[in-house]
Order: sequence, then structure tokens, then C-alpha cells
Amino acid sequence: MVDKAASVKGDLRLSNLVKAFGDFHAVDDLSLVIPEGSFFALLGPSGCGKTTTLRMIAGLEEPTSGSIAIGNTDITYEKPYARPVNTVFQNYALFPHLTIFENVAFGLRRRGIKDVKDAVTKVLELVELGHLAQRKPGQLSGGQQQRIAVARAIVNRPALLLLDEPLGALDLKLRRQMQIELKWIQTEVGITFVHVTHDQEEAMTMADTIAVMNEGRIEQMGSPVELYESPRTVFVANFLGQSNLVKGKIEGSSGNDLQVSVHGNRITVPSGRNFAKENSDKSVLIGIRPEKISIEHSAGNTLGGGVITDISFVGVSTQFQIQMPWGQELSVFEQNDGGASHLQTGDTVQLSWKPEFTFALDGTADVDAGTSVNPDEE
Amino acid sequence: MAFVAAVAKRSSTVRGIKRPSTPYLLLIPGLLWLCLFFIYPLINLASTSTQTPSESGEIGSYVQTFRFANYIDAFSGAREQFTRSIIYALIATLLALAISYPLAYAIAFKSGKWKNLLLVLVVAPFFTSFLLRTIAWKQILGNEGPVVTVLRGLHIIGPQTGLTASAFAVVTGMTYNFLPFMTLPLYASLERIDPRTLEAAGDLYANAITTFRKVTFPLSLPGVVAGTLLTFIPAAGDYINATLLGNPKTKMVGNVIESRFFEIVDYPTAAALSFMLMAAILILVAVYVRRSGTDELV
Repeated sequence: MVDKAASVKGDLRLSNLVKAFGDFHAVDDLSLVIPEGSFFALLGPSGCGKTTTLRMIAGLEEPTSGSIAIGNTDITYEKPYARPVNTVFQNYALFPHLTIFENVAFGLRRRGIKDVKDAVTKVLELVELGHLAQRKPGQLSGGQQQRIAVARAIVNRPALLLLDEPLGALDLKLRRQMQIELKWIQTEVGITFVHVTHDQEEAMTMADTIAVMNEGRIEQMGSPVELYESPRTVFVANFLGQSNLVKGKIEGSSGNDLQVSVHGNRITVPSGRNFAKENSDKSVLIGIRPEKISIEHSAGNTLGGGVITDISFVGVSTQFQIQMPWGQELSVFEQNDGGASHLQTGDTVQLSWKPEFTFALDGTADVDAGTSVNPDEE
Repeated sequence: MAFVAAVAKRSSTVRGIKRPSTPYLLLIPGLLWLCLFFIYPLINLASTSTQTPSESGEIGSYVQTFRFANYIDAFSGAREQFTRSIIYALIATLLALAISYPLAYAIAFKSGKWKNLLLVLVVAPFFTSFLLRTIAWKQILGNEGPVVTVLRGLHIIGPQTGLTASAFAVVTGMTYNFLPFMTLPLYASLERIDPRTLEAAGDLYANAITTFRKVTFPLSLPGVVAGTLLTFIPAAGDYINATLLGNPKTKMVGNVIESRFFEIVDYPTAAALSFMLMAAILILVAVYVRRSGTDELV
């Protein structure tokens, strides 16, 4: 059992994973491959099934159906203690009665390793807490406990490290610092990290690949840039950053572009960025990120007749709320480089952006999907 | 910031004239109570323990002569009962621990919505008189009772063997009577364990048995120590169970003290025995607490 745990290596493969609690499917036919050595984030609002997925990988929950494999080894029904998987728990779950040294040595000792001193010392140095080895967890700060929880897991050199909202209990500043540190540790040890979080910024900062989960399914998977620049569903467009989504109708195409009519304006969308399914009335949702829009310059796609209803200054940028002639409010972020400083509430402005930043989504979808979820709920 | 300011403001008013004396004033009723009903009787008992019968020879009349040999006399007269008390109390404590631990564990981790009901059931026997419950064991263990009938039927005990008026009955009664004192502290300490630390142990290659040995049990030690003390201390001084369920050969030191006090009216010996029992328990407890290392637990 012990040797098996140490020798299993390879990509993590979830196939048609289902976890049902009664009629409720917390995880619904989930399939994905997480490449060995990557930093992978499962991102979603609370109740989207991300933690349940993680617990199934850890062996703390048994899947209703489907399978989990690392490389060629199936671990779907393996006991937690027989898996080459370690977890950093949300509240760290350090053993309060053991010293930091013994906490870190726990996994090694259970695997029958006699000489643990070198490995423990080395990993404590990696997290820069070697001097606290003889303390008890209760004597450490939250950030220190967090690093010990990571050390306690990676000292075992698992094939897979699971992180369940590991930074949730830390304050903002410490969280930013730990994000960088975790990313560095991952690069240093080369273990596959699977990170569960509801914080989109955290996921984007740390992960190579993000899977956005919603209602037990994966909405979209890709690199942070890909997800942000080319969201394929309304949920992703709203959950990752902000999006302006405006109803439109496909009029026709010219070359590689689609022509879309938006409340009487003609908007160009690259065909490759049309993620809407074919439907009979050709309705789509046109999406554009607030920072891509310019109030001052004309850049291809334009929507005129907007009235500024609100201006908020947030340091690096100024955020404008602009009411369009059809009643919808759109957001525009302008860099504070002097260009937009003369604008005032009540001014009538024209919005414009480059066509290649536009994306088109399913016109029948709920425009508010992914916005009403409170990311700090958990 | 507002909170800090509010706290600072509050402590500055508290730092006024009245602050230093208030806690001490609040201590006075408790201290008076302790002096009147604990310290004074204790001194009185100590004084009684070295007295000798008065010249008049009147029964129950003693004068202070500082005769410390009273202790030697008392101990040599009750050595057998003394040892028996400690042994019975130890057995009852271990039995109570063995019964209570799984019970407390189940209530703390597995009972779900039944948790409160089960806790009430643990305490429920207290609503009936201690005496009545002890006498009830006479019936339970009686020759016509269910236990003897079953054991005789299974040929575990012979057809003539009974269970009442025996050491077995005394220890059973003590175990039963002190069970809640063991269960409640155990429950309290088990319930405080974060189930995620147990999951973490499993995640770190510990199977169920190792998890219990290395995490659950050490974390429940404060409850084990509290429970065993709360059981052992009253059990060692108990005499009701031995009176109601025992025979002359199962007398405990409590019985000796009782008869010295009320029947023979030999106050000095009763007082000396009380003091020795107290000293014995204090020493055992001190060694036990030190050995169990609970002072190190967070």
C-alpha cells in the first residue's frame, strides 16, 4: 500500500464523475484531465460542486458513479490513507496536540519512514518556518499555520496536492503574498496542485489552467487569459471579471466577420469569437469587457447616445456607468492617463472598441447568470 | 478602528476609582462560603483526628491531646477496607471508561439529530433518587432477576450462585452510579475535536485505528482525565453501594468511617480515616495528572 502510494504518477483523470445527494447532483457527469505537474484551479461559486469534487479525489467522499485515476492507476474506491494524494484543508486542520515538527512528520511516520529529520527540516526551510519546529500550532499565526499545512502535505511528495480554499481565512494582504508563495512552492516541488477556490482573482493569479464550475458541471476550461478574453458562456463572462452583454441579432457575414445588429447599430464580431449555438431567430448576446471600451477614441465598433450616470475613481482607473438609449447600463473602465478626466455625469458619449475584442454568446441565455452569486459567501 | 477606539474608551472609564477593588469585593461571598463550610470544618476535622476520650468517660466526649498515633491505629484497623476502596474504585473507573468512551464517541460524532436527546438520556437517571437507583440493582441482580436467569440459563454461573451481596454487585453499582460523570467530560472533549483533523490524519496515511491512537485519543485526554477523576474520587469514598449491594466482606473505607461516626461514636478515628482517604486520593490524583501529561495539552 505504502509503496504503491509512492510510485503512482501521471495525469489526474476524472471520467464521468457523479456525486448525488438524494435527487441533488452536486457533481454532474464531470470529466477532465489535469496534466502532471500543472497548477490547476477549480473555480466556482459556493455550492457549485468544486469542494465535493476535491473530496472525491481525496477519498473523503465516494462518487455515485464515474472514475478517478492517476496515470494508469484507478483510485476511485481507494481509502484516503492509501492514495498518493495529500490535502491542504480550508482551516488547515493541524494536529493541536503535536509540535510543528511532528505535524509535518505525521505522514512520513505513518508510511513507516524512520528517519524523518532531514525531510522535515528541509520542507520547514522551504516554507521558511524552521525556527518554529518545536512550537504547537496554537502558537502560530494564521499565515504560519497555512504554510505548515502546505509543508505537512508536500513533505510526502504526493502525486497530487489538493488545496481546499487554502487562503480563505487570511486577510487580503497576506492572501496576495501567499498566492505568490504557493505558486513558487509549486514550481519548486513540481507536484500537481489542484486548487479549489471561489476567488477568481486568486485562480487567475496562480493557476496555469482554470476550470470554471457551475451547478456540478464545468462551464469552461482553459488558461486564465483564454477564459477572460474569450468566455464561452454568460456565466463565465460574468463570474470572471465583468462583462457588458447586449442583446443583438445576426444580420449576416462578410469574410471572417459576422455583422450583428444591436439596437439599430451595426457591430462586427469575428466569426471565430461567436460562441452562440445556432438558433432560429439568430439572436445573440454581444459581449465586451469594460476596460476594452473607449469613450474618447473611435475604434471600429461604436454605440452612440450613452449618458454618463455615475463616475467612480478607483486609482488606476475610473469606472463609468453609462445609460444607453435602450435603457441598459454599461460599464466602461478608463485608464487614468488624463484622457477622460474632463467627463462629467450627464455628458452624452459614444462608446467604441476594436471588433476583435467582441465576443458573441448564446442569445437565449440568462444575462445575469454568474453575477448574482456572492463570491464571499463561503 | 472604531472598535479599538471604543475598547480604549471603555477601559479608560473602567480604570477609574472603582476598578481595583471590584474584583476583590466580588470574591468575598465565595471566600466566606469556602472559609465557613470548607476551611473551618477541615480544621475542625483535623483537630478531632488527634483527640482522645475525655477523663469523664462519657460517650462521644473527646479532648485534644495531639495523639498522632490515632492515625496508625485507624489505619491498622481499616487497612483491608482501605485497600478495597482503592481497588473497587479503580475497577469501577476503568469499567466506566470502557463503557463511556464508545458512548461519548458515538454521541459526539455519529448521533446527528439525536445528539441532544442522547445527552438528556445520559443525565436522566439523576432525576431519580440515588438510593432508589442503587436499590433497584438488588432486583436487577437478584436471583429472580433477568441477569441471573440469563447467566444460569447459559450455564455461565451455577444454579446455586447468586450475584447480590457480592463484590461484583458493589462494583457494578458504583460503575452504574458514576457513569454520567465519566460520559459528560468525555463527550465534551470529543465534541470539541475538529472532524477535519481526523480527515487530515486519514489524508496523511493513517488508517482508522492509527487515527484513533494518534489523534482522537490524545485530543480526548483532557476528557479522559476529568472523567476518571470525577468517577474515581467519589467512588473511593462511597459507602452507599457497599451498604446496599455488598456483604460484610465488601465493606469499604466509607463504611468504616460511617460506623465509627454514627454507631461507635469514635470521632477521632473517623476523622483520621477521612484525612487519610483524602491524602491517598490527592497523591494518586497528582501522580495520575502528571503522568497523563494533560498539563501540556493546549
